[in-house]
Amino acid sequence: MKRIATLFVIALLCLCLAPSAFAGDKVIKMSTTTSTQASGLLDILLPALEKDTGIQVKVIAKGTGAAIRDGMDGNVDVIFVHAKSREEAFVAEGYGTKRYAVMHNDFVILGPASDPAGIKGDASAADALKKIALAKALFVSRGDDSGTHTKEQALWQATGLQLEEKTQTIVKKGKEVSVTAVQPNGDWYNSIGQGMGKALTFAEEKAGYVISDRGTYLKYKFGRDQGLNLEVLCEGDPLLFNPYGVIPINPEKFPHVKYDLAKQFAEWLVSARGQKLINDYRLVGRPLFIGDAK
Amino acid sequence: MDLLIDSFWSALLLLASADEELLKIVKVSLTVSGFSTLIAAVTGVPLGFWVAFGRFRGQGMVTTILHTLLALPTVVVGLFVYAFISRRGILGPLDLLYSQQAMIIGQSILIIPVVAAFTITAVKKVDKRYSQTAMTLGANRFQTAMVVAMEARYGIMAAITAAFGRVIAEVGVSMMLGGNIKGFTRTMTTAMALEYDKGEFILAVALGLVLLTIAFGLNFALNLFQSRVRA
Repeated sequence: MKRIATLFVIALLCLCLAPSAFAGDKVIKMSTTTSTQASGLLDILLPALEKDTGIQVKVIAKGTGAAIRDGMDGNVDVIFVHAKSREEAFVAEGYGTKRYAVMHNDFVILGPASDPAGIKGDASAADALKKIALAKALFVSRGDDSGTHTKEQALWQATGLQLEEKTQTIVKKGKEVSVTAVQPNGDWYNSIGQGMGKALTFAEEKAGYVISDRGTYLKYKFGRDQGLNLEVLCEGDPLLFNPYGVIPINPEKFPHVKYDLAKQFAEWLVSARGQKLINDYRLVGRPLFIGDAK
Repeated sequence: MDLLIDSFWSALLLLASADEELLKIVKVSLTVSGFSTLIAAVTGVPLGFWVAFGRFRGQGMVTTILHTLLALPTVVVGLFVYAFISRRGILGPLDLLYSQQAMIIGQSILIIPVVAAFTITAVKKVDKRYSQTAMTLGANRFQTAMVVAMEARYGIMAAITAAFGRVIAEVGVSMMLGGNIKGFTRTMTTAMALEYDKGEFILAVALGLVLLTIAFGLNFALNLFQSRVRA
C-alpha cells in the first residue's frame, strides 16, 4: 500500500513537471463566440494587439451562452460575444465592469436557390420566417443557446405566430433551473444544438432555410474550395443587426482576474487603431464587420 | 470524391512543407498524451497488480468496475473534472482550467482504468508456477510481483500502448478542459474539430494522417519488439 502511495506522489510530480500553460505576465484568457475565431478576424487583431501592447490573448471559442457562463464562473478575464441584452444583464448583475460596443455585422436568412417558401427579396425578416412556417419548409435552428439562437428566437416572436415554449430543466449550482426556448411547433423545424458551421452544412445537405451571421456565411460560401449552394434570400432588416461587445470581468467579484490587461485590451479594440483593423478586414474582398465605437 | 482526394493531396503538400502550425499542434498532442500515459502507467500498473495479487474482499467487484470504466465517455470525464477545476469548483483557485495540466488530469483519469484492467489480464495470464517458484525460493510478495511483472511485460506494454492510443485520439476531454487555445492547448483532434467547424478540410486531413501514422508506428514498434523477443 505504501508503494502505491509513493507511485501516486510520483504521478503528481509528473503533473507538476508538465509544461506550464504559459509563464509570461501579459497573458489574458478570453472566452468568445465561434464566429470571431472562425471568421479569421482574431488572426488579424491579436497579433496587432500583441505588437502594440505586449498583451497576449488566449482564445477559448464557444457559443455565446457558454462564453458568458465562463465569465460568470470567473474562468476567463474577458468575454467577447454577441447577445446585447444578455451582455447588459451580465454587467447589471455585476459579473462585468462595462460593455464596450466593438462592432457589428448582420444576420442573413439563407435558403436553397429553389426557395420553396418564396421569401427571396423580402425586406422583413419576420415576414420571411412566417412564409417558411406556413409553407412548412425545412428550417434549421442552432438551438444551442448561442447569440444566433437568441436572435432567431426574437425573430420568431416578431412573426406573431403561435409559438411553443420548449422548457428543459437543468441543475445549476445544486438548484433546478428551467431553460426555455421559444420556437414554432412542427416537424419542419429542426433544432440541432450545434454551432454555426454545422447548422450551415446541415441546411446545405437538407436544402433547408437557416439564419446565419454574414461572416460565417461568407467564409463558407467564398472562403473555401468546396463552396456552399445556400443563397442569401433575406437581408437588410434592422432586426437582423448583430452587435458584438467586449466585457472585462469584474475584479470585485473575482479578485484573480487580470482586470487591467483586460481593460487595456477592450480599450484597444475601440481605439482608432482597433476600429480601423476591424473595418479593413476583408474576406474575399467583402467586408465582414463594421466598427461601432464612436 | 473530389473533396477527399483534393484534401488528401493538399494535406500531403502541407506535411511536406513542415508547416509550423501543424508541427506545434502535433507537439502539444504528443506532450499532453505522453504525460497522461506516463501518469496512467505509474498508477495503473501497480493498481492492476494490487487487484490481481492482493487479498481483499470484493476483488471481482473492483475488476468489474475497472472494466466498466473502460467504456467511460470522454465528455463525462470532461464534465466531472470541469466541475472540480472551474473557478467555482473546489480546485478553482489553482487556475487549472484551459491549461495543458487540466487536459493531463482528465486524460489520466480516462486511461488509468485502461492500464489497470489490461494489467490485471496480463498478470493473470502468467503461469502460476512462476510466482509459486519465486515464493518457494524465499521471495517476499513484492519480489514475487516483480518476477510476474517480468513475465507479463509484453501485456503491460500493450496496455500502456492502448492507453496512449485512446488519449491521443480523444477529443472530449481535450476540448472541454483545454479549450482548444491556439498554440497552447490545441491538439490534433481539437484542431480537426475546429477545421470541420470552419468547413475546411486540408489541415484536418493532414492531422488525421499524422495521427494514424503515430498510432501505426507505435503499434508496429510494439509488435516488432514482441515478435523479436519471442522468436
